[in-house]
Amino acid sequence: MMLRILLFTPFLAGLASLGIASDRVRRRLITAVSFFHLACSLALWTAGLEPTAGRWLGLDALSLLFLLVTSALFAASSFATVTYLRGHELPEERRGRLSREAVFTCSMLFFLGTTTLAILSLHTGVFWMAIEATTLASAPMISYQRSSRSLEAAWKYLLICSVGIAIALVGNTALAVSIAFHPATYGLPLTFRGLAAHAASLHPVWLKVAFAFILVGYGTKMGLAPMHTWLPDAHSEAPSPVSALLSGALLNCAFLGILRTNAILVRAGIGDYSNGLLIAFGLGSMFLAGWFILQQADFKRLLAYSSIEHMGILAIAAGAGASFGGLLHALNHSLTKGALFLVAGTILGAYHTKSTRTVTGVIRVAPMTGLLWIAGFLAICGVPPFGTFVSEFSVMTVLGANGRWWSLAIFLLTLGIVFVGMWRIVIPMAFGRPPESHPSGAPVRFLSVADVPPLALLCVVLLLGVWLPEPLTRLVTQAAAVMGGL
Amino acid sequence: MTDQLVIALLFLVNLRMFATSRLDSLIRGVALQAFLLVCLAVVSREGALSWEGWTFLSVTGLVKCAVLPVMMTRALRSAGIRREVEPLVGYRVSLFIGLIVTGFSIWAAAQLPMPDGAADPLVVAAALISMITGLFLIVARRKAISQAIGYLAMENGVYVLAPALAVHGPLIVETGVLLDVFVGVFIMGVIILHIRQEFKHIDIDRLSELRD
Amino acid sequence: MIADFFAALFGVTLALILAPFLRTLINRTKARMAGRQGPPLLQPYWSLARLLRKGAVYSTTTTWMFRAGPVVTLATMFGALCLVPFGGNPALLHFEGDVLLMAYLLALGRFFTILAALDTGSSFEGMGANREAFFSALSEPALLLGVAGLGAITGSVSLSGIYGRLGNSAFLGSHLPAMIFILAAFVIVYLTENARIPVDDPTTHLELTMIHEVMVLDHCGVDLAFIEYAGALKLWALGLLITGIVFPVSTGSFWLDAGVSLASMAVLQICVGLVESLMARLKMGRVPLLLGIAFVMSTLWIMWVVR
Repeated sequence: MMLRILLFTPFLAGLASLGIASDRVRRRLITAVSFFHLACSLALWTAGLEPTAGRWLGLDALSLLFLLVTSALFAASSFATVTYLRGHELPEERRGRLSREAVFTCSMLFFLGTTTLAILSLHTGVFWMAIEATTLASAPMISYQRSSRSLEAAWKYLLICSVGIAIALVGNTALAVSIAFHPATYGLPLTFRGLAAHAASLHPVWLKVAFAFILVGYGTKMGLAPMHTWLPDAHSEAPSPVSALLSGALLNCAFLGILRTNAILVRAGIGDYSNGLLIAFGLGSMFLAGWFILQQADFKRLLAYSSIEHMGILAIAAGAGASFGGLLHALNHSLTKGALFLVAGTILGAYHTKSTRTVTGVIRVAPMTGLLWIAGFLAICGVPPFGTFVSEFSVMTVLGANGRWWSLAIFLLTLGIVFVGMWRIVIPMAFGRPPESHPSGAPVRFLSVADVPPLALLCVVLLLGVWLPEPLTRLVTQAAAVMGGL
Repeated sequence: MTDQLVIALLFLVNLRMFATSRLDSLIRGVALQAFLLVCLAVVSREGALSWEGWTFLSVTGLVKCAVLPVMMTRALRSAGIRREVEPLVGYRVSLFIGLIVTGFSIWAAAQLPMPDGAADPLVVAAALISMITGLFLIVARRKAISQAIGYLAMENGVYVLAPALAVHGPLIVETGVLLDVFVGVFIMGVIILHIRQEFKHIDIDRLSELRD
Repeated sequence: MIADFFAALFGVTLALILAPFLRTLINRTKARMAGRQGPPLLQPYWSLARLLRKGAVYSTTTTWMFRAGPVVTLATMFGALCLVPFGGNPALLHFEGDVLLMAYLLALGRFFTILAALDTGSSFEGMGANREAFFSALSEPALLLGVAGLGAITGSVSLSGIYGRLGNSAFLGSHLPAMIFILAAFVIVYLTENARIPVDDPTTHLELTMIHEVMVLDHCGVDLAFIEYAGALKLWALGLLITGIVFPVSTGSFWLDAGVSLASMAVLQICVGLVESLMARLKMGRVPLLLGIAFVMSTLWIMWVVR
């Protein structure tokens, strides 16, 4: 019941927002629905966890973890969304019902709804539908400004992701074919759990074909190299709160699909094949991200490439069997990246440019923002005492324990490259003399309202670095068990 | 025999899509491709269809053969172009690539282990070639609308892959897929409109401001 | 054997007598479509007779090649005619691999025509020779691939063997849908080889637009008669290749088979006439694309039958 409320509220609110004429009401609606969603997710967590076994939708530990992350990010970025909309108002005659802002609000709420659907779906087909729907819901948000750059980014995003997801549909079909070779599995409903349970009776060739297509397909959506080409454009040209959601919530959903399919293959005994592919793609993504980070001149693009790098880490974690570390890293990365994009949004709002050369002296212009920028940079690079250090270290331990020395070496090398690359950009941005448009004598607010959500997120990440609360450990362990194929 | 005739026509339609420069014939091609693929889905299925299966098939046919092509024709008219004059891969080369791809699809389909009750491997080859036609159009053409048509062709191919391999998904999932494709092409059309308004052209190759 | 020999001889004789009549069919169809009455039925015969009575004028720049051209053309065409089976019976000459001999005979004839055209030293003829060489180079693979596909189905490498066995419906019936491909390819090749619209307009009087006609521009008298007669024989021989696929017959009765062959030949010529009336000639630069389509069709046919 709760699941249905959780799922339908954003959709209904989205439809309603198309008919609402007042901007204020619509913006309140975004915040209200986001927090309601967070409240429901927390309620589901505290209510204890018996995996529901519906045919299409259900909740297990893995989905609950991702659901919590998604809700938290939506709630945190809802304030920034409202600020953004307030700051980019359209001329009078274009407001009202079915205006561009109404469509944006509807897209945002549909985005929440479709990501929830993706996380809650147990059936491969429903999951596919939901992921494609998230692409469709987020594309109008990216091109909100209708500038030349955002239109280009939105087109690339829509086309490349849709193509990728169509490839994933081939993978789904291959999964469906794999059940037709053994009498025990005829007519099996195509739920992830059902397929994993009967994995030994599935045809291995078709399973391999399916995984390859699903990895490439959902990997496009997740941002694994070499299918990542849309990511830097889309995540940098979208409005910052939208970028936060795309990086923090959407990439995880795509990863969820890959994880669940990998679980099927592991249960079927051909885990080596899928793990090998995952590690290969993961290392490639990390390396490519490191390469491009060294050359960046746009700080939002920098964050986008960092997302690619971290998705590579997640893929490696999944492939190496470091389930606990990988899921913890997904949690940490989403929160940190979300916070970073929100801070980037604040900086963009203050300086009106995304160029790393022009933005300097943030710590003098808006001290808290600058502090958060540096803290976020440290967090995303895996510096202790932030939570990302714990999760990355855990992944590295498993890599070493399994004897994957080359992977470990490339992993560490790339982390180093990324650290250097980001340092070269973030530190000059934070320190240095403020530009002429922000004279040093002007009055400065230490903490502004926009800084609160990222501050909260980064505090959580810091907390997770020193202390993992018992309920959270239990949740992540259970989720890791699901990931491993149980 | 009917399915073989449909597949032969499908090969011709796909090759036409590889080689044509006129965008309206590309749209007609993808509509015809959808029609032939729906026919193929009917013909290659074992056993009779329930009435809901028939309804769904007719809705699919209506959407893919009528509604979406009309939407795209409208987008084409508003963009004011008729031909793709400078594709990234020339038309004669495209035709030969299409030929090689047809051969490859027929070969590849014969290599796959088929479940019982699957149709002729040629049907799988037809699905494969439709998918690759779509992918080729996306990669080798410059106009945004050619790319949208390529996406639709790709989805057409994937759609028929399921019945060709004797896979019958639940109706709700198939409806969802159709809905996604419909909304996807709709949003693509809207973005093409915006691109045209902003840039005065829809040549994707010239949109290269975002690069590293 | 003897019966086959006489049947084949009968077929060749029929071809020799009736070939010019094919032109009549085409011209009459065109005329009727245009609302005219058209030339008399035996017009090609009268014009052949007239040409045979005329003398010829030879340019001083030409050599023996110019005089040899028409002779070789007619001779090779006659040879090719002897290889093509008529009415489901084996041809006059048949052996394994005679497909290639036929292709080469046609090519030899074409080669000498081109030589004769170049021999005149005129630029128009050179242009026509260039185009003719190019287009036939593109159309030959289509023809050969198509026949190879037929050979793959029927398991024979001889034209007589192929067309003889095609009458047994088991071979073609299972590949019925793919017949679209081979027919399209063969029809395009037919129109190209015989210099018909949409490849070349046989009634044009502008040298710049001619392909085939321009090569024979300088011939007159007996030479021209030879060339026209060879053209008619070509219509017949290549036409038999097509009708053998569309109406493959072996009812056992010789006269019935012959009748069906003749009737289908007539239908083919009427169709050519219709195509000529309804279509316009293609822009010269688009002809390679048309031939490319023929090649693609032949390749599709081969891919289909050998899968």
